[in-house]
Amino acid sequence: MQFPESWLRNLVNPALDTAQLAHAVTMAGLEVEALAPVAPPFSNVLVAEILSAEKHPDADRLRVCQVDVGEAHPVTIVCGAPNAAAGLKVPCARPGAKLPGIEIKVAKVRGVESFGMLCSTRELGLEGAAEGLMVLAADAPVGADFRSWLNLDDTLITLKLTPNRADCLSMQGLAREVGAITGAPTRLPQISDAPVQIQDSLPVQVVASEACPLYLGRVVRGINAQAPTPLWMAERLERSGIRPLLAPVDITNYVLLELGQPMHAFSLPRLDGGIEVRLARTGEKLALLNGQTAELAPDMLVIADASGPVALAGIMGGLPTSVEAETTDVFLEAAFFAPAAIAGRARRLGLSTDSSHRFERGVDFGASRQAMERATELLLDICGGQAGPITEALAALPSRAPITLRLARLKRVVGIEMDADQVERGLLALGAQVERQADQFVVTPPSFRFDLTIEEDLIEEAVRLYGYDNIPAQPPAAPSRMLPQDETVLADDVIRQKMVDLDYQEVITYSFVDPAWESALDADARPLVLANPIASQLSAMRTTLWGGMLETLRHNLNRQQERVRIFEMGRVYASLAEQPMKLGGLAYGDVQPEQWGAAARRTDFFDIKGDLERLFGHALDTRRGTHPALHPGQSAELWIDGKAVGWLGTLHPRLVQTFDLPGAPVLFEIDSAVLARRSVPRHASLSRFPLVRRDLAFVLDVNTPAGVLLSALREAALPQVQSIEVFDDYRGKGVPENQKSLAIRVVMQDTQRTLTDQEVDDAVQKLVDTALNQCNASLRT
Amino acid sequence: MRNPNEIVADALTAIRSCSDLPALEQVKAVYLGKSGQLTELLKSLGAMPADERKTAGARINEAKQAVEAALKACRDDLQQAELDRQLAAETLDVSLPGRGLSHGGLHPVSRTLTRIQALFRSIGFEVATGPEIETDFYNFTALNIPEDHPARAMHDTFYLQTEGLLRTHTSPVQVRYMQTNQPPLRIIAPGRVYRCDSDVTHTPMFHQVEGLWVDESVSFADLKGVLADFMRNFFERDDLPVRFRPSFFPFTEPSAEMDIGCVMCGGDGCRVCSHTGWLEVLGCGMVHPNVFRHVEIDTERFVGFAFGLGVERLAMLRYGVDDLRLFFENDLRFLKKFN
Repeated sequence: MQFPESWLRNLVNPALDTAQLAHAVTMAGLEVEALAPVAPPFSNVLVAEILSAEKHPDADRLRVCQVDVGEAHPVTIVCGAPNAAAGLKVPCARPGAKLPGIEIKVAKVRGVESFGMLCSTRELGLEGAAEGLMVLAADAPVGADFRSWLNLDDTLITLKLTPNRADCLSMQGLAREVGAITGAPTRLPQISDAPVQIQDSLPVQVVASEACPLYLGRVVRGINAQAPTPLWMAERLERSGIRPLLAPVDITNYVLLELGQPMHAFSLPRLDGGIEVRLARTGEKLALLNGQTAELAPDMLVIADASGPVALAGIMGGLPTSVEAETTDVFLEAAFFAPAAIAGRARRLGLSTDSSHRFERGVDFGASRQAMERATELLLDICGGQAGPITEALAALPSRAPITLRLARLKRVVGIEMDADQVERGLLALGAQVERQADQFVVTPPSFRFDLTIEEDLIEEAVRLYGYDNIPAQPPAAPSRMLPQDETVLADDVIRQKMVDLDYQEVITYSFVDPAWESALDADARPLVLANPIASQLSAMRTTLWGGMLETLRHNLNRQQERVRIFEMGRVYASLAEQPMKLGGLAYGDVQPEQWGAAARRTDFFDIKGDLERLFGHALDTRRGTHPALHPGQSAELWIDGKAVGWLGTLHPRLVQTFDLPGAPVLFEIDSAVLARRSVPRHASLSRFPLVRRDLAFVLDVNTPAGVLLSALREAALPQVQSIEVFDDYRGKGVPENQKSLAIRVVMQDTQRTLTDQEVDDAVQKLVDTALNQCNASLRT
Repeated sequence: MRNPNEIVADALTAIRSCSDLPALEQVKAVYLGKSGQLTELLKSLGAMPADERKTAGARINEAKQAVEAALKACRDDLQQAELDRQLAAETLDVSLPGRGLSHGGLHPVSRTLTRIQALFRSIGFEVATGPEIETDFYNFTALNIPEDHPARAMHDTFYLQTEGLLRTHTSPVQVRYMQTNQPPLRIIAPGRVYRCDSDVTHTPMFHQVEGLWVDESVSFADLKGVLADFMRNFFERDDLPVRFRPSFFPFTEPSAEMDIGCVMCGGDGCRVCSHTGWLEVLGCGMVHPNVFRHVEIDTERFVGFAFGLGVERLAMLRYGVDDLRLFFENDLRFLKKFN
């Protein structure tokens, strides 16, 4: 909300300068968002009248003007503005004047001495048309100081009001609040009843009386809608961000700003019969003032006449019944619409108006009649005409039930004892009725405070006026209890740190992605889709982390990064119930950064598989599998405890093209919950007896995975076998076509004694038999 | 018998002329070997008369010791020279960089989150998490933001086409936590949140940390104490000015905005603080009784405070990042500055 400081000071004038006032209201919860001077600083500019404007003898575009600046004799000023003409009133900077960026001196312009400068809006740093001289009103007082005549020593204050403080959405409300904050006396507008000179009225019938408990209407005839809006009113409107249009409209806007009561003026002859306040009927439409045609829903409140809706209650008037320059007879409306009946409707229609903003938050129903009288008074003053009586339709207005504020509760919530007298003074200053009892107050809030209904509301008011800064900041006292530390669960931070140690850079990508990525990565993906995305490329909730990571890769390759190793820990989204946390990784380029001491080598599948094994701290159960995003020959499904938990592989060549990459990265994605699981170590005694190692080379079909052979061997191994590992995979000379040789190292040991040759041979034989029977793998000879 | 001293003199000359260990071993054989000159001399003792034998034997032994000593000295010298050569040959340019992988790094937002969590854990806050696709109930209703409340306009909410919405704050986690845990409780809830807003100072996704402390006696003064303590420790500035201003959040009352003295200009006024000297860093307040009612916590017995802070904002201030959007462009050149 924006308003000029001068208007506020007119109603309440605390002994504080602008900055102090802004600080005081900010610290009381009315945050001052901006302070801006109405005009930049300049001095020695007067209202002047051009008496004559003759062409400069030596310059076609210049004029030599005789200017009345309110002194005994006119002064000569050379002027280049095309609109300089005798009879105009303009601002004139006198010698010695300081304007934004320039200082005015007596100077010769092409041989003619000039005693000042006639100014355009631009030269004064003011808003408005910059073309030529700034033309002032015909009645501008010649010789007067320009700044004070236009009241330019004023500040525009912008408040960022919280939605609970509807009462501060008017100058009257703000003045009351500033009075309560600063203790300064207020001079609220004194409003008297306008004289009733005619008996014309319109019948008002409120059908939806719960939504509209109060409706005031009044006929005013014989106005001149084209009467000029007085300067003071236009200035206040403009400085509050409202453009003056037409006097009757300006008046209702002014009352809205002054008293917070949104009003509407209908063109009386355009209304067909009486007024009805009701809910819209299905299919009804209304052409609004802003030119938009609203499709009305049955929960929208309308003002209707015999032919249908004429205004969207509390939001915007209709175009056909609006006041125009030729209008002479009007029907004024000041009503109270319940917040619940207005809230959300404007937004649904894509509207936000000064009126709906206030009604949604709560308009002071106690001031509606006052507002009607005020608007009538202003209308009669400015536009003339004669007013009829006020028609009132009144139902049950919101009640303001008394609230108990217990001093003990106040102390408990705030943490310190507050002075009861001070609390009482604060509540009274807010306009509440306060009954003091032994250890509590019974408080009845004023009609304009929709936000005071429970004890906490009063606690907040009490503390707010006391000053949050006056409450000490104290370290809380609580029993010292240790936090549980589950050793079987790795914290996310630890997993992240492990990835960092493995030379991966963490990235954070958006949870919503381009649907095209999703379908490219998996044609069968059916991601959840946002109803109102920022952009279509950010509309699908990711089902994999890979889209964002591939985009990150592309982004960085385009910025000359040649080696990219990244990871992300974040959720993917299947449904409201299923949003698992995943760890995703991507590696592209050389295994190691380019360096003097190691040959360059491109990252491949096994480099990343090794990283994952280091991450898990043990070997992984990887099974051949096909994933639509991965190279079918270089992809594996990760299994843990009989469950598939993730994927590892080289990006499918098709996607290398789709994502416009120069080569294929290796990717993985795993459920991070699985990664976090680990067991508490349990010690078993170390063997003091020698270990025996036997190396076995098996020849088997190239298509039999080493993992299959290994798990068969591990399954069948006798107890003395401690470990079985692959240490070579050989194909080529000496091994038949379509076969490979896997070299297996078997380590055996007993904790109680030295193994006998027989025991070693038995164990080896068991393995050899198993290999032959289960994997058709024979010992290489 | 040949004079042993002559043999010694010959031997010493021969030893001095040796330039490597094999040559030295040959010299040793010539004088001390099985048929070496001194060995032969010793063998000849048997033929000597007994009275001469003793003195001759002693002279020969002296000569033998002299030769052995010279051999040892020469061998030591030669070995040392050999070692010196080897060491010289093996000398590295230790100024060359080390070999192997580089190291990665945490995203600055993660780094900040880790720091925030560590500070709150140090006074007994547990970390709780919750879903990012939320229901209207948890994101709004249970937090005392009924349908059509104007406060909903403060949250530009993303809705899913099917059901649910993207949480606009991490506050739903406090509701979920209070549904399943009894007070006293003390948690923080870090995570991603979403608002339908994108410009220079807003990204549609960002991170928040929600905090909640519920106990029989915890007050607004405690809230101020905890948050002032946090900010001063986060920025490592014991003299950091803080202030609390009344504000409005439907789920707290009294509500406050917390400002800290601008860490960029020290309060003198700069572009970052819009020349006010203050930075708005978080919203907080005492838990609204309606929130407690939704999770069936006795409002007469328990009080609580809650706060929510923006992680990117703190990261920007802490690390001097001037453009929010950098956090989600994931340019490695930017990210690596935080390693």
